[in-house]
Amino acid sequence: MADFLEIEDVSRHFRNIRAVDHVSLTVRKGEFYSLLGPSGCGKTTLLRMLAGFERPDTGRIRLDGRDITDLPPHKRTVNTIFQNYALLPHLTVRQNIAFGLQVQKKMPRKEIDEAVDRMLSLVQLESQADKKPGLLSGGQKQRVAVGRALILQPQVLLLDEPLAALDLKLRQKMLMELDLIHDQVGITFIYVTHDQGEAMSLSDRIAVMNNGRIEQVGKPAEIYEAPRSSFVAAFIGDTNFFEGQVLELVGDEYSRLNISGFADLVCFNDKKISAGNPVFLSIRPEKFHIGRNRPELSPKHNIVRGRVEDIIYLGGMTKYWVQAEGHKISITRQHSRFFLDEEPIRWNDDVWVWWHADDGFMLERYSEADENLVSLPPDASGTAETAQ
Amino acid sequence: MKRSRFPMAVTASVLVFFYLPIAVLVVNSFNASVYGGRWEGFSLRWYAKLAGQREILHALENTLLIAVSATLVSCALGTLAAFALHRYRSALQRWHFTLIYTPLVVPEILMGMSLLLTFVAAGVRLGLFTIFLAHVTFCISYVAMVVLARLQDFDFSVIEAAQDLGANAWVTARRVLAPMLAPGIASGALLALTLSIDDFVISFFVAGPGSTTLPIRIYSMIKFGSPAMLNALSTLLLVVTFTLVWTSQHLITKGEQAK
Repeated sequence: MADFLEIEDVSRHFRNIRAVDHVSLTVRKGEFYSLLGPSGCGKTTLLRMLAGFERPDTGRIRLDGRDITDLPPHKRTVNTIFQNYALLPHLTVRQNIAFGLQVQKKMPRKEIDEAVDRMLSLVQLESQADKKPGLLSGGQKQRVAVGRALILQPQVLLLDEPLAALDLKLRQKMLMELDLIHDQVGITFIYVTHDQGEAMSLSDRIAVMNNGRIEQVGKPAEIYEAPRSSFVAAFIGDTNFFEGQVLELVGDEYSRLNISGFADLVCFNDKKISAGNPVFLSIRPEKFHIGRNRPELSPKHNIVRGRVEDIIYLGGMTKYWVQAEGHKISITRQHSRFFLDEEPIRWNDDVWVWWHADDGFMLERYSEADENLVSLPPDASGTAETAQ
Repeated sequence: MKRSRFPMAVTASVLVFFYLPIAVLVVNSFNASVYGGRWEGFSLRWYAKLAGQREILHALENTLLIAVSATLVSCALGTLAAFALHRYRSALQRWHFTLIYTPLVVPEILMGMSLLLTFVAAGVRLGLFTIFLAHVTFCISYVAMVVLARLQDFDFSVIEAAQDLGANAWVTARRVLAPMLAPGIASGALLALTLSIDDFVISFFVAGPGSTTLPIRIYSMIKFGSPAMLNALSTLLLVVTFTLVWTSQHLITKGEQAK
């Protein structure tokens, strides 16, 4: 499919802060595209440039083949759902939804009324139509904001952390509604969030941003399973990092690593990092296997010996922290036949921990700026932002 | 423990101290007596007499003309000033704020004198126009402060939302900004109107021949006129002032509740 929205080498500086730093992206028509990153990563600034509230210092933005970089917001066929909804407080729900059609004078009054009625039923607000926004609940306000934008049939709908102000239950409900609306209207959605869960569950593709730059663009599974940078690995989900060095390449796709304390490890080397380079090995907690007996393993497996330091039983799964040769490894494991398991693992048990070479990812060392993020305990690194 | 009656007593005496003279004035305006020392029966004769005084009516006309025009101009300028103060950040804004704020704290006599000197130096003939200019000068500050207070908790994302939905700057100002700020501007306007109608000191300095306003007329009536008629006139002025202030307060609190 042709590229619908093209962002080409766009930058925006505020004084000496590079909010958005030479970003290039392309979004396809009808796609649900997320911009994901911690607060201050530039995702909102990028969104505001798409809406027209900020002008880029460099670069162009093209929509459906037309350059819209210098177009003011009211001339763009792009609409925004604001984080705080920004409903017009002096107008009723009906008037809020009709506002865009009225000021753009696109159609006669009677047709506007009909369109508003249809939209009210799409966002299920018929019974609230004559209330002012001050009397609505968070979820209802959200739906007014969605209806007000969708009624204009924008080419792109921009969503700026639309669920951040809602409580957890409502957020999950609205998440499903947004997904449903996207399927129904077929408009291109660009969704800004710091919540990896929202981005993962809704998006066709995700662009992970950090310090004004794009770290990785991909489908949710690609981003999670094959992170391209240590930032992505740490920000999306939990991971374990091991600092080490490449010893030699093994065949086309693998290499041997030296990580202090461990015997040499085999690891998938898709980036063709050559021998002698320092690397971080990233392995997700659920990719590890844990057991008291040493299993029979293929040469593409790695195995290390350790001692269980902590166990948290969470019902759906159990988290283990294993101390192995000076490394603390976080492991999650799901159970079957839990009570019948012959030898449950307990505190201070000596265990074997093994994983397949394909489940480890070699990443570049993270930069100083990411230090805070990565030095958090493994289970906190991905969720620190969500907790706010 | 029994609650002390002391705070109640203090409150009561303060209120009496404040409002007793006004009450006396109002009561006396209905007194048939010429000098008001003694109650000689209820009468509206002073009010009736008042209506026949051409000079007073003329002064009232001047006062209203100045009050309304000064209010309109200071509302427009004051709102713009408040908007600029709130919207733009720069080192000069501190000076801007100080300049707007100063007329509220400068002694009136000082303002009156400096305005008079300015007008004389500039060769402007004293009259209704100079009073109008003087009133605009201090009314701007009051309007700006009231509107600024409203802007403090004004959510500017609604402006962006309106633009996003296709409204240009003019439509946004007319359909979003104006209705949302209307209570603030209206209460500022009523305040300006009250201040302008009431003002004596500054008007006294910058008034010229034939431009006597009501407060100045009242002042001269103390010396040469009938004190009983003065009571009636003051009572009427009091009613107007109280109504305006009350409406202004009502608009401010109503605006706050609407959020």
